[in-house]
Amino acid sequence: MGKNMNKLKHLIAVLLLAPAFALAAGAEIKLDRAPIDENDQASLQRGARHFVNYCLNCHSANYMRFNRLRDIGLTDQQIVDNLVFTNAKVGDLMKIAMDPKDAASWFGAAPPELSVIARSRASHAGTGADWLYSYLRSFYRDAERPTGWNNTVFPNVGMPHVLWELQGEQVMAERKVQGPGFEKTEHVLKLDKPGKLSPVEYDQMVADLVNYMVFMAEPARSSRTTIGIFVLFALSLLFILAYALKKEYWKDVH
Amino acid sequence: MASAPKEPVQFSGAGPLNAPISGLITWVDQRFPLMSIWRDHLSQYYAPKNFNFWYFFGGLAMLVLVIQIVTGIFLVMHYKPSAAEAFASVEYIMRDVPAGWFIRYMHSTGASAFFIVVYLHMFRGLLYGSYRQPRELIWIFGMLIYLCLMAEAFFGYLLPWGQMSFWGAQVIINLFDALPLIGPDLSTWIRGDFVISDATLNRFFAFHVIAIPLVLLGLVAAHIMALHEVGSNNPDGVEIKQHKDAKGIPLDGIPFHPYYTVKDLVGVVVFLFLFFGVVFFMPEMGGYFLEFNNFIPADALKTPPHIAPVWYFTPYYSILRAITEDFMLVLAIGVAAYSLLIWLTARNQLVKMAALAIGLVVIVLMKGGPLAIEAKVWGVAMMGAATLIFFLLPWLDRSPVKSIRYKGPLFRTALSIFVVVFIVLGYYGTQTVTPAGTIISQIGTLIYFSFFLLMPWYSAMDKTKPVPDRVTM
Repeated sequence: MGKNMNKLKHLIAVLLLAPAFALAAGAEIKLDRAPIDENDQASLQRGARHFVNYCLNCHSANYMRFNRLRDIGLTDQQIVDNLVFTNAKVGDLMKIAMDPKDAASWFGAAPPELSVIARSRASHAGTGADWLYSYLRSFYRDAERPTGWNNTVFPNVGMPHVLWELQGEQVMAERKVQGPGFEKTEHVLKLDKPGKLSPVEYDQMVADLVNYMVFMAEPARSSRTTIGIFVLFALSLLFILAYALKKEYWKDVH
Repeated sequence: MASAPKEPVQFSGAGPLNAPISGLITWVDQRFPLMSIWRDHLSQYYAPKNFNFWYFFGGLAMLVLVIQIVTGIFLVMHYKPSAAEAFASVEYIMRDVPAGWFIRYMHSTGASAFFIVVYLHMFRGLLYGSYRQPRELIWIFGMLIYLCLMAEAFFGYLLPWGQMSFWGAQVIINLFDALPLIGPDLSTWIRGDFVISDATLNRFFAFHVIAIPLVLLGLVAAHIMALHEVGSNNPDGVEIKQHKDAKGIPLDGIPFHPYYTVKDLVGVVVFLFLFFGVVFFMPEMGGYFLEFNNFIPADALKTPPHIAPVWYFTPYYSILRAITEDFMLVLAIGVAAYSLLIWLTARNQLVKMAALAIGLVVIVLMKGGPLAIEAKVWGVAMMGAATLIFFLLPWLDRSPVKSIRYKGPLFRTALSIFVVVFIVLGYYGTQTVTPAGTIISQIGTLIYFSFFLLMPWYSAMDKTKPVPDRVTM
C-alpha cells in the first residue's frame, strides 16, 4: 500500500504541476511584497490617520466603526479629536456624504467601499496587502486618461493619483535590457517630478496605510491568532488525555 | 393493556448519587425505551474490533453536522437575508457581534470540513466495499446525505451575498436554462425573478436553514439505523456476525461504547486541532474555503473575469465544462463501444437488445444531426450523472470479495486512477479554461465514468486473494 501511495502522490504532483509551469510564463502583473507588521501599533495609527485624511472622502468604510480603532491603541477621545472630521459619533460607521450615483457620474465608477478591500484584493499573485501596496505606488502620468493618471497594477483605473503631492509624478519610461543573446525594451516607471516625500518615505507611508487597511479588513485578526494558540495548546493536552484513555481501554483488545 | 413495569436500572459500584440517579433513569426507562436505545446503539452494539484510520470519518461527519447546526443557529440570530443588508450583516457579525468572527469562521470552515470528511468517508466505502450486500441501503442513504450536503452548500453559499455567491449561483441556475422546452421557465421559477435577486436570496435562505437540514437529519438517522440493523463492515470485509460466542455476541466484535467512543475521542481531538488550526490561523485557506472575490458585495452588473465554484464542487464543474461540441463525437463513440460491450457479454437476450436500443437512442441524441441535443445540455446531464452514478456502486461491483485487501490488481489500479482523476478534475475546476485543461478534463471525464461503468467487468475478472474467516488486527 505504502509504495502505491507514493507513486500516486508523484503522479498527482506531476499532473497538477505540469500546467502550472506552462502558465507561469504567462503575463501577470508582479506585485511587490508589502512590508507591513500588524503588531506595529504606531504604524497602524499613522495608517489610520492617512486613511481618514486621504481615502475617507470619496471612499467609505461602511462596516468599520470609528471606535474599533481602540484595538490599535487609541482612546475614544483621541479618535474623536484626531480622526473624526464630521459630526459622526465615535460609535458610528465610517460613512461618507458623497452619493454613489454622483460619484459614478464623476469618476465613471463609484469608488469602492474599502472596509474589506484588503481581503478582496488577495489573489494567487499575492496578498491583498501586496496588491494595495503595489497599486498605490504605481500611478503614472498618462495624457490619454481623463484624470491624467494611469496605473500599471490597475490599468485604466478611474481614480486619479490622490497622493501625487507626496509621491511626485511618475512617468512610463522605456529601458533597454540586454542579456545573453537578446535585447528588448522594458517599460518601467520613473519618478519625473519629486514630491514632498522621498521615495523611501513615500513607500513607508503607503506601507502604514496598507497596514491599517489590512487591520480594518479584519479587526479580529490579531485576537484570533492569540486565542488560536491557546486553543491548540489546550487541544494538545486533551490529546494526551484522550490517547491515554484509549490505550487504557483497548489494552485487552487483541 | 397493562404490562409489567420494566426492571429497575441498576448501576454497579456504590456512590452517594447512585440511588437517586438510577431511580430517575428507572422512572424514565419505564416510560421511554431509554436503556434499550442505549444498549442497541452503544453499549451492546458490537462493532468489529479492527477498525482503522478510515473509520474515524463517519463520526467526524456527525460532529461537523453538529458544529454547522449550532454555529448556524447563532449566525441566523444576526444575519439578514435581504439583498440590501446581507453582505453588511455578515461584516457586522465579523466585527460587532461578540465572537461573531469565531462563529462565522467555524461555519465557513465547517462547510469545507464537512466535504473533506464526507469524501474520506465515501472513499473508505470504496476501499472496503462497505456498499456491498447487505449494506446497499446504508450506501444509498449515505449518497442521499451527500446530495443534500451539496444542496445545502449551494444554497448557503449565496447567503453572504458576495460576488462569488452571486455569480456562482448564476452559473448553476443558468444550467437549468439549458434544458429543452422548460429550461427558461424553470430557471425563472427557481430564482423567483428574472435575475438573482432578493427573492432568490430569501428562498435560498429558507432552504438552507430549514428544508435541507431537516431532510439531512432524517437521512442521517436512517443511515445509522440501517447501519445498526446489519452491523458495520470492516477493513477485511468479513461479516463478524458469522462467528458468535455462546451468548450470541460476535467473537470479533467489541461494544461500541466504551471502545469506539474513547477511540473516536482521539480522532475528534486530532480533527479539532486541524479544524481550529484553520479557523484561527488560515480561515480563508488560500482562497479555497473563503474565496477572495466574495469579499466584494454582489454586483449584477459586474461579471467577475473568473467564476470558480468552491473546491468541493470543482470535479463536477470540470466535467460540466469538459463536454464541448467537439467532444460529443468521442462521447458518442464511447456510448457505442459500451453498448457493444454489453451486447457481447450479456447472457440475457433482453439486456442485449435493451443495451443496443438505449445506446442507439443516446447516440442519436448526441450526434444525430437535427435530432441531437446541444453539448451544453449533455454537460449538465453528465455532471448530474457523475454524482448520481455513485448510487449504482453496490450493483456495479461484481468482485467476490469486499475489501481492497483481497481484491486484485485490476480493482486496485482502477481505484487509484479514479482518485487521481477526481483530484485532477477538481484542480482544473478551479482554473480558468485553457485548451490543455479542457483536454485533460475530457480525458478525466472518460476515466471517471469508465471507473464505474466498466466495474462489472474488471471487478469480476480480477484475481482476488482468499478472504480470512475472521478479522485481522
